[in-house]
This record gives sequence, C-alpha cells and structure tokens, in this order.
Amino acid sequence: MSDSNTAAPEQIDEERRDFVHIAAIAATAGGAGLVVYPFIDQMNAAGDTRAASSLEVDISKIPMGGEIRVLIGGKPFFLRHRTPEEVASAANTDISKLPDPETDEERLVAQLDGTYNPAILVTSGACTHLGCVPVGPAQGSVGDYGGWYCPCHGSHYDTSGRIRKGPAPTNLPVPDYEWVSPTLVKISL
Amino acid sequence: MSGHESTYEPKTGIEKWLDSRLPIIRLAHDSFVDFPTPKNLNYWYTFGGILAICLAVQIITGVVLAMHYTADIDQAFGSVERIMRDVPYGWLIRNIHMVGASMFFLAVYVHMFRGLYYGSYKAPREVLWLLGCIIYLLMMATAFLGYMLPWGQMSLHGANVIINLFGAIPLVGEPIQSWLMGGPSVGNQTLQRFFSLHYLLPFMIAGVVILHIWALHVPGNNNPTGVEVQDVEKDTVPFHPYYTVKDGFAIVVFLIIFAVFVFYAPNVLGHADNYIEANPLVTPAHIVPEWYLLPFYAILRAITFNIGPMDAKLLGVIAMFGAIAVLFLLPWLDTSKVKSMRYRPVAKQFFFGFVIACLLLGWCGASNPDNAIIPMGSDKLVVSYTDSAGLEGQRTFEDYAPAAQFRDEQVTAGGVASLAIQKAPAFTFKHLSQILTAYYFAFFLLILPVLGLRERPKGEPDSIHLSILGHDAPAAAPAE
Repeated sequence: MSDSNTAAPEQIDEERRDFVHIAAIAATAGGAGLVVYPFIDQMNAAGDTRAASSLEVDISKIPMGGEIRVLIGGKPFFLRHRTPEEVASAANTDISKLPDPETDEERLVAQLDGTYNPAILVTSGACTHLGCVPVGPAQGSVGDYGGWYCPCHGSHYDTSGRIRKGPAPTNLPVPDYEWVSPTLVKISL
Repeated sequence: MSGHESTYEPKTGIEKWLDSRLPIIRLAHDSFVDFPTPKNLNYWYTFGGILAICLAVQIITGVVLAMHYTADIDQAFGSVERIMRDVPYGWLIRNIHMVGASMFFLAVYVHMFRGLYYGSYKAPREVLWLLGCIIYLLMMATAFLGYMLPWGQMSLHGANVIINLFGAIPLVGEPIQSWLMGGPSVGNQTLQRFFSLHYLLPFMIAGVVILHIWALHVPGNNNPTGVEVQDVEKDTVPFHPYYTVKDGFAIVVFLIIFAVFVFYAPNVLGHADNYIEANPLVTPAHIVPEWYLLPFYAILRAITFNIGPMDAKLLGVIAMFGAIAVLFLLPWLDTSKVKSMRYRPVAKQFFFGFVIACLLLGWCGASNPDNAIIPMGSDKLVVSYTDSAGLEGQRTFEDYAPAAQFRDEQVTAGGVASLAIQKAPAFTFKHLSQILTAYYFAFFLLILPVLGLRERPKGEPDSIHLSILGHDAPAAAPAE
C-alpha cells in the first residue's frame, strides 16, 4: 500500500496492467464457459430418455399384407409384412429412374444366419418431406405405388418405402435395427 | 445521484441515433459507470451486488429446473429424483438452486444488518428501506413456496403448518385457509398453485429490485460515516472501476463459499426428511422450517400464553408477522439524528445484542422448546402404586435401582405399580425464546425510539473526505 501511495500516476506500468486485464478476462471467459456448458447440456436427452431409445418387436404377429406401427421415444416406425407380389414389385423396380435410387435388398438387414427375409420391411414412419406420418394398408390408402401415401403434401412411397412421386426428397429411412431371432427385431434410435 | 449531470457522450453514429430515441446506454452509463459513489464504502456494502447475482442465479437455475419438474403430487418427487439422476448436470443445477436459496438469505441478512448498523433506513432513504422490506417478504414467500415443490415430508407438513397459521385469524381464518389450499387439505391443487406462484414471485422481486436501485440512486449511497456527500469531487469516486472491481472481488469470494456448499455439502442446510416422499398420514418427528426462517418460527412458538380473549395461537401468529411488520416502521421508530452507529456508542451495544438475539432465536427455532438449556435439579423417578390393600400412593426416588425394587415389591405383594420420570424444573428453549422475543420487539419499539432522544453521540466527521484522511471529530471512535 505504501508503494501505491508514493508512486506518481505517471509511473503506471502499462504492460503489467495489460497482463492483469488479459489474465482476468481470460479467467472470467474460461469460468463462464464452464458454467454455461451444464446449462446447455441439460437440454440434451436425459439418461432415462436415452435408456428408452430401443424396442424389440415380434414380427410373427404381423398379418401378411399388413403392418404394425410402433413408437420408440415418440418416433413412429413401420414394420410391414409384404406379400410375395409386393416383394416382387419392390425387387423388380428399375431404380435408375427413382429420385433416391436404392435397391430393395439395400433396404433390408441380414438375419443372424446372413440371409435376408424380404417379407419383412422395417422403415421410419415419418415422411421425409416435413415429418407427417404416411397412411398405409390399415388406413385404406397405399398411394399409386402400393406402399404408403402421405396425405399432408401428396408423397407416394412404393412397397420398399422408396419415394416415387411427390415433394418428399428421399426414401423412408431404414432405422438402425438387428435381428435378435427369426421372429424378433430390435430397433434402436 | 439526482443532481448529478450525465457525462455520457455518444461517440458513434449508432449510439447518437439510439440516444435520441431510447437513452438506455446513457441510463446504464449514469447508473453503473459514472455514478458518483462515496469513496469510503467497506466490504459490507458489496452485498447489494452479491444479492443481484443471487437473484440472477436463482432465476436462471429455476427456469432450467422448471423444464424438468412436474407439478403433480404423484410425479413431483419422482421428477426431482429424475433431475438428480438422469438429466444431464441436473444434480448440479438443482444443488445450485437449493444452496442458492440459503446463500440468498445469508446475503440478505448481512445486507439488512449492515443497513441497520449504518442507519441506511433514515431520511432520505426511507423508501429505499421499505422496498427492501418488500423484497425480503417476497423472498420469504418464494422460499416457502419453493420448499413445497419436491413434495417430500417436510414440503407437505411444513406447508400444512404454515397454512394452518392463517387459521388462527378470527372469523375469516378457516375460509382463508381452505382458499389457500384450494380444498380441505394440502393436495395436488395446492402444489400446482404453489408452483405457479413460485415461478411468478422472483420476477416480481426483480421488478422491486429495479425500484430499489432507483430509490438508491436518487439520494445516492449511504456510507459508513452516515455523513451525506457534500462535495462530489472530494467525497466520491465513479462506480466504475472502483466499485465494479470491489464488488466483483467480493462476488468471487462469495461464489467460492457458494461452490463449497454446492460441491461438498449440498444437503447440509436441508433436512433428510425431505428425501422421503410426502405422506399425509405421517408427520416427521421434528418439523422445522429452513434455517433462514427459524428466528420467526421461534417467535411464533415463544407465545404460549393467552392474553384476554386472544389465545396463544393467534398471539403467536401476530408476534411472528409483527416481527416482520416492525421492520417497515423502523425509519420512524429510530429517533436519532445520527445515522451511523459508529458514532452511537450505546446504540451500537444494543445493536450487537440484537444480532446475537436473532442468532439465538434461530437456535431456539431449531430446538425442541421443552428441552432444557440450564437444568435446575435433576430428574426424579416416581412410582405410582395401588397396594394389595387397595391404598393408592406415590413415592419419589433419585435412582433407578431402589425405584425398580419398590415397584417390583408392590407387584409381587399383589398390588399394581408403574414407574415414570418426573422432569426437573429447567430453563428451557421456550423460556429463552420468550426473553429473546421480548428483546427483539423492545429493540425496535422501546430502545431505538428512546435512545435516539437520550443518547449523546460522538462527534461525526465533517465530511467523508475528512474522515478518510483521519480528521474525524475529536471524540472519534478508533478504527473498526
């Protein structure tokens, strides 16, 4: 204290002052960042929400030509038991003319023994246009290509869930799923 | 200060454009940058800034917690546990909110005692003090409402006890009580309204805080000498950087203490009972409010006697609310012309007595009123018996062995006998809280009004500037 009382104002060491300012601001900015992070992170999915983000579905209960719809974490998914005709029409489509070219087999997941079960198609249930849920066989409309039809803005999906006509940009995505047994699939978000 | 001319000069085009339309930068500059502040403010004066931080912390953490909380008696407790376990950093945010309530009250009590000591409630700052009292009332209401939300045992039964206080009011008490609860008991509807109001009140506090700062900036800060600013050049320094840095340093120290509680002892100021889900059929063995309300709880329980037609319950409620109401009258109860107790040697002693009384009232509030502080004599054992001939009697013993022997003899002889403890007379917490309650009210209603007229104050310094240079008046007190 005695120093500061006797030192004339002209003798202020500007470099020291700059250092103190920069150090103080840097420490404050670092601290502020550490405080802000938890307040941003708290809005991310909580532990219990993440724990509820997969579901095992028994596909043996799906009638041929029909589908079941499940919600995982509030998101809709379709599991469709396709007829042999629907499988054939999906497999025989010329994909070069599609807006989002994908073969039917690319949209399936191999079972435990490495073979495919083309009768069962698993897709997301949210239209890739703006997220409406398309109608299917149970709702009385399958669109012009036998798959699904989105009533919001008129997107038509085929029996492989591929976009054929309308504003939707891409096919109904195939979720991350695996075969747990020949009759059980586990879908994860 | 009101007389102070604005020194803000807008430099850029945008600032000039804005200044002629909404001079908000000018307002901020004049309020928090070039605001002339007495140069002798000590660290007790940093608690205003600390309290602003406390309010901001509570609002921010509270808004976040409300994103995850469910105000429903079947889900509230579980949603709080979910915050603690599943929500990312939910444990941290809830601990900050929970400890923050205690830190807020800690700071507000220091702030209030500081105002009391330096006479900051006296002219021309009466409105400033009144607004502060309103903030304090709103804080207590907010804390009480918030304590109910986790829907633990203390939440439910604490709320029940406080709402029952209103039942003591003659005639309208019971209708008010059931109106507050929205039904015959504290239930889901009560929880929902408490949540709504708990969210509302902090914003009302923020509004009154703005008025509080406005009322501060008209007369300007009081200071430890209690002498008003006479020469802005000599007596004051600009708020920035002098007090932004001083307040900033105090805030950092305060936040370190805050963090120690948050990370090492988040529950030390709470009650374990509140981690048991509310059960309307079982009241916790020892029901007490949070520490910051204990002195008022002690005053409530100190009144155990009837006066005329008023019973003890009503008198207790009147005393408790009166203990807060008397704060509103303080500017007109203290008759002394001298503001700062630095220059009031007698009042100063009564003031420190008052601080101790408040702390001891807190101790009383936390203790069982019937427990002894100073026992007078020792407890005795009484054997009540009916002997085989049908004669009834009582005998008193000092020790257990002979008492038990006497009892057994009576029983084996064909009589009936039982043993009980007879408490020795003692000076209990009830007695202490009665004395302290009397002192609490006497301080405001008797000591301050009378002392102001009779006390001979020491000489105040002629100005803030001179007091700093050590030119206090001849009889000045030694440095504090």
